[in-house]
Amino acid sequence: MAEASWTWEIDREIPSCSVHGHRLIMEIVEQLQQLRWNPRDIFGVHLALEEAVVNAIKHGNADDPEKKVIVRCKIAELRCWILVEDEGPGFDPADVPDCTLDENLDKPSGRGLRLMRNFMSRIEYNDSGNRVVMEKVLESVSQE
Amino acid sequence: MAEHQQHIQMTDVDGVAVVRFLDRKITDELVIQELGDELFQLVEARNLKKILLNFTNVEFLSSAALGKLISLERKVDRAGGMLRLSNIRTEIYDVFVITRLNEKFVITDEQEDALADFASAE
Repeated sequence: MAEASWTWEIDREIPSCSVHGHRLIMEIVEQLQQLRWNPRDIFGVHLALEEAVVNAIKHGNADDPEKKVIVRCKIAELRCWILVEDEGPGFDPADVPDCTLDENLDKPSGRGLRLMRNFMSRIEYNDSGNRVVMEKVLESVSQE
Repeated sequence: MAEHQQHIQMTDVDGVAVVRFLDRKITDELVIQELGDELFQLVEARNLKKILLNFTNVEFLSSAALGKLISLERKVDRAGGMLRLSNIRTEIYDVFVITRLNEKFVITDEQEDALADFASAE
């Protein structure tokens, strides 16, 4: 998709604080609402974004307010591209246990990555595992 | 008579503690912590054995909130109680399906279905 087709872009650096993270997330969600994406698709992007930003703040930057989280987002009529990067050491997504295995169903954590993968069309981590790029692509805007 | 706490409202319906959430979005870390404490109190301090979580008001929740539900289920189970979930909107139910938690929790469409389930278990 040519860059000119993006209708909205944002490039922010926020402190590792959930209040800042939540405010930014809602700013992005509101853009999708303005484009009249259907609520189910918005829910999916919202959840993936929530999980990615919380992971960056809590696990990546260990809630250190001195460390920043970079959030970039580009939105088009049928596409939403998101980058979330923290200053932490990163992790290997392959090391995250599959939360849907019987032996992991009782574990209270470890579901965020699974949800991000399911609700987004594409999700990729960089080699060091401190930056995730994810994208949601719609076939059409089907309003509910 | 409904009892209001900071994040939940509890009503006794025929011996079942029917819990409604007061937050529409359950994502904030502090809210989830406080919500978990309020739910755990129902089991640990008040020794309630039949708990129904009615999700009517909940429009959005994150995986951290799911973690609290799992911890609650464990506490209820250890105490020999029963936990049921109801009135979960489609998008949130999808979250339960994706994580297979729909197999771990007993989930009914409506509150009445869950209450009937409690009654039949007696």
